[in-house]
Amino acid sequence: MTAGQPQTPVAEVSAAALGRLMPMFLWLGAQGEIRAVGPTLAKVCGSSLGLVGQPFAEHFTITSPHHATVPTTMRALAGKRLHLTPRREPGTGLRGLAVPVGPAAQGGVLFNLSFGVGIAEAVRDHGLTDTDFAPTELAMELLYLQEAKAAVMSELLALNARLQTAQRAAEAQALSDPLTGLANRRALERELARTAAETARGGASFALAHIDLDHFKAVNDTLGHAAGDHVLIHVADVLRAEARRSDLVARVGGDEFVLLLRGAIDLAVLQALGERVITRLEAPFAYEGAPCRISASIGIALSQCYDPPDAERMATDADAALYAAKRGGRGRCIVLGQGAPRAASSLAAAAAAPPSA
Amino acid sequence: MHGLINRSIQHFLRDTYGAPLWQAVAEVACVPAAGFEAMLPYDDGLTFAMLDAAADRLGKPRAALLEDFGAFLVTLEPLRRLLRFGGVDYADFLVSLNELPARGRMALPELDLPHLTLSAEPDGRLLLRVQGQVPGWGLVLAGLLRAVADDYGALALIDRVPLDDGRDLVTVHLLDESHASGRRFDLAQPVAP
Repeated sequence: MTAGQPQTPVAEVSAAALGRLMPMFLWLGAQGEIRAVGPTLAKVCGSSLGLVGQPFAEHFTITSPHHATVPTTMRALAGKRLHLTPRREPGTGLRGLAVPVGPAAQGGVLFNLSFGVGIAEAVRDHGLTDTDFAPTELAMELLYLQEAKAAVMSELLALNARLQTAQRAAEAQALSDPLTGLANRRALERELARTAAETARGGASFALAHIDLDHFKAVNDTLGHAAGDHVLIHVADVLRAEARRSDLVARVGGDEFVLLLRGAIDLAVLQALGERVITRLEAPFAYEGAPCRISASIGIALSQCYDPPDAERMATDADAALYAAKRGGRGRCIVLGQGAPRAASSLAAAAAAPPSA
Repeated sequence: MHGLINRSIQHFLRDTYGAPLWQAVAEVACVPAAGFEAMLPYDDGLTFAMLDAAADRLGKPRAALLEDFGAFLVTLEPLRRLLRFGGVDYADFLVSLNELPARGRMALPELDLPHLTLSAEPDGRLLLRVQGQVPGWGLVLAGLLRAVADDYGALALIDRVPLDDGRDLVTVHLLDESHASGRRFDLAQPVAP
């Protein structure tokens, strides 16, 4: 109490009036007996008039400060922040303050309590209404805020989910070729860089196959662009069928495709794969009754031939092998073998080698 | 205008007049294809383009549309609950209208609700002065106050009077505080099923 203020009582208030002012008050006598209790606190404790005259300790536990008991340390509690729980409702935390009331000799204390942060649970558990709270309390505002926050959060979560879906779709779009659904150049570059870095760190080796269609322009010129598109989709299907799940198939230009083949692959197996692809692509098929005939040239570079693996040089060499295959008569596959000359200038030698039938 | 308000208008038009009307309005007003996002801001012009397109298509004055929109807001349960936190009874709720912009900001700091000033006339009528950043709030408020009166079970006559300075005056004549039983309101949020 502030110095200078009289220690004499300021007012006499009935328990009923006090209950309206502080619906969660608790008045204890010198022996720790309950002398009066506010209506909301009575509701929370599960009994109304039954509390009056009963010992405090039978109905409440002081959880903080620890070891505080009533009535022993009752007056010592005055002015301190208290936490207690009703014994019959241990889930409902109460907090508040006690002040001494009445003549010192009588040693009574008056508590004013509230729910604190657990207010929403208390309202739900005890079916409280707005009239159970003093108008000065911010209980309504806290409940209002809690619901408003929940509504706003759910809107934000929904917005985030929509944005994430849109982002995924945009990413997939940015990385794929709309006509064939294959990966595009950007996706290939990303995967190639990642794979090369992995291999440089000691990961599995890989091969890069550059594929260029032969006679595609003729199909386009004689049968039209729709036929050309049809061919490209057919090529994509063939490449997808020949690739393993861990491989990447990309369309990187008009009629240029790339296969990124992960894992150590035998030279002969690669050669066979290239030839199988060419054979399948050479099989005649019809577009609206008109026969389409194409072929493909393939150049393949292997990461084992580079130390460290260099995606850019591999791509250049695979291209060089591809053009060597074209110059060698189209419809063939050249694999730059282990120990084979890697410089582009030496590729003529590789191309000059007879294509394996 | 805040996306929350725009999206509420979108839901009002779609739920009241059907999806085809909303599609037509959205097209005319150049509303984003996926509709409004509640948590994004939009240009005020878009809101008025949407309201004009709807009024035009429905052959209904914009004023009537705004009043209906105000009433529609109270049918949204989360919003109805937030409004009911304003007061124990309708009279108490009316007094809380002074705090409406502050309550709005408490929920969403970017939400720019109109400034409301409540005063009492000697004949017992209440006058609500509505001053918003954009015109039309008085009409929305009038529709909303009628619906909230029903929600509390109160009988009130509510009118909107446009003022010369572009502001609105909403008069509330509370005839019977407990005319009907009103709708139930528990402080505790109903547990989701």
